Amino acid sequence: MRFIFKTDYGQDVNLAKHGGHLFWYGLLMVLLIAAPWLFAEYWLAQLTFVLIYSIVGLGLMLLAGFTGLFSIGHAAFLGVGAYTQAVFVNMGAPFPVALLLAGTLSAAVGVIVGLPALRVKGIYLGIATLSFGFIVVEVLARWESVTGGNSGIHVKKPDLFGWKVDSAEGFYFLCLVIAVLATLGILNLLRSPTGRAFVAIRDSEISAQSMGIHLARYKTLSFSISAALAGIGGALYAHKLTFISPDQFDILQSIDLLLMVVIGGLGSVHGAFLGAIFLISMPQLISLTKDYLPTAVGQAPGLQGLVYGAVLIAFVLFEPLGLYGRWLKVRTYLQLFPFYRQGLFKRQKSFTKSDRLK
Amino acid sequence: MQFIQLVIGGISQGCIYGLIALGFVLIYKATETVSFAQGELMMLGAFCGLAAMTFLGFPFWLAIPSTIAAMAVFGVLLERIVIRPILGQPQFSIVMLTIGIGYVARGLITMIPGIGTETHALPVPYKDQIFNAGALVLNAEQLVIIGATATLCLLLFAVFRYSKIGIAMQASSQNQLAAYYMGIPVKTLNGVVWGLAAAVAAVAGLLLSPITFVHANMGFIGLKAFPAAVVGGFGSLPGAIVGGLVIGIVESLSGFYLPEGIKDVAAYVVVLIMLMVKPNGLFGERLRKKV
Repeated sequence: MRFIFKTDYGQDVNLAKHGGHLFWYGLLMVLLIAAPWLFAEYWLAQLTFVLIYSIVGLGLMLLAGFTGLFSIGHAAFLGVGAYTQAVFVNMGAPFPVALLLAGTLSAAVGVIVGLPALRVKGIYLGIATLSFGFIVVEVLARWESVTGGNSGIHVKKPDLFGWKVDSAEGFYFLCLVIAVLATLGILNLLRSPTGRAFVAIRDSEISAQSMGIHLARYKTLSFSISAALAGIGGALYAHKLTFISPDQFDILQSIDLLLMVVIGGLGSVHGAFLGAIFLISMPQLISLTKDYLPTAVGQAPGLQGLVYGAVLIAFVLFEPLGLYGRWLKVRTYLQLFPFYRQGLFKRQKSFTKSDRLK
Repeated sequence: MQFIQLVIGGISQGCIYGLIALGFVLIYKATETVSFAQGELMMLGAFCGLAAMTFLGFPFWLAIPSTIAAMAVFGVLLERIVIRPILGQPQFSIVMLTIGIGYVARGLITMIPGIGTETHALPVPYKDQIFNAGALVLNAEQLVIIGATATLCLLLFAVFRYSKIGIAMQASSQNQLAAYYMGIPVKTLNGVVWGLAAAVAAVAGLLLSPITFVHANMGFIGLKAFPAAVVGGFGSLPGAIVGGLVIGIVESLSGFYLPEGIKDVAAYVVVLIMLMVKPNGLFGERLRKKV
């Protein structure tokens, strides 16, 4: 058990609460920097995907986990970012400029989608974002002069003012830098008044409003930051795949993104990363176990969907705080050993409270 | 004439949207949660009907009620096993849960060897019958859909208006805790509502399958029923049907008069406009919390 003796108000807002944090996150950083020399190329590519999805996950986590607004069309922002990047890079724009444009355009689209969010809430917002997602995919598929339609579009290698990133390692480091910057940015945002306002809105709109928080402004802000991160993630996604088509950004991708933040653990920055690791490693695990299953089960096309659904149901039923919640329990168990109680994290049983009366 | 023809086509398609939306609204009104598995329940209903008619060899008049009954039981069991344990949790956990149920249902159906990945035709007696009324060409399938939807609506209206259980459902939809204090068995009622929603979904599946055939991905049509429910106002039963009809007709007309590609997104454009202009839908109730 660690007791932190506070001697300074600054300790409350420090990113690293104690030496343990510094040590473990430092070690993680060293491991990530050394990764290209430690892992084979295939695993490095998977790690790159984890980083890209983490960036998108951070955005969705800010929106869903910290502001309490659920978007069922987040893949649309991913698509807007990816296509902006593809179009500008193919026109010869340097990578940072295109990335900035991808983020800005996604954010602008996010503001437009956020506007109905000011009037509607809960499930209505979900359906508004869902509808928007469908419309974006259709636009991407039909606006053939720019996006190449359903046949997709090739993306050139990133070009940082003359330095071509054409190796897998180079691109990995690029993703790592952006992911670290995004994480630090989100952590910083969450300890600022803006971040606190987001959390207040999530917990109760009425009390947030009473405390002087401008609901419309903060909701739109949350939407735009979230969309910008999704756009940046989409831009990196486009470079990693080198080929994008509209069907990569459909409703199933949106649901995958939601699945990622829910399984990772809503309301925790760690959750975005844990969820991304889950989302990338799950297909690998399924294909590994395929060989040991009977052919009728192992080779069936529906296996992946079945496993995803079952895992999702299991998490919602038994571990609503996701992988991060599980880790919190393990950590508390170790810290309190041998005094951990079974009911420490127990949920209170209740009836559904009406949402319509808000 | 062509216009009327298109409208009739739109109405029959809209009835399907409306029936699925009816399932959403039933569940939303009673338990304040939104089920994303409604489309998959419809798909299961269609497969259930297929199994009853082809493998068990039931005649048509027996297969239909047994399918509906089986799906109702399935709905009750579903509520009991996975939904009830998280009663009272944030709305979104239940949305994710139903998405999970949808994935599992679709995965399981696709895994049935030889059947799951194929497309099947449901052998109904009224298949491919065409009536000519003046210059109009009417499909028997479309007429059956419209007739069945109207009957079902009247039935549901009567249940909610006159039966004890329907009035209890209305009470529990307004305030579950207060309803519980008044002696209404809220949890049992939630189970009944899920059963009812599953039965309505099964009806939709049976009506739709002569037109689109039975296959594992037919549940995706459920995503178009969301706009229907929103246009009608999420908490209103007649609204769901009217919303479905609006979406169906708009889709049918835009498919003919507007450029290609608009048809697929017409429903979503309508719902976005609706949310901006009148967020509570056509028949939605306007409620405000007073402090």
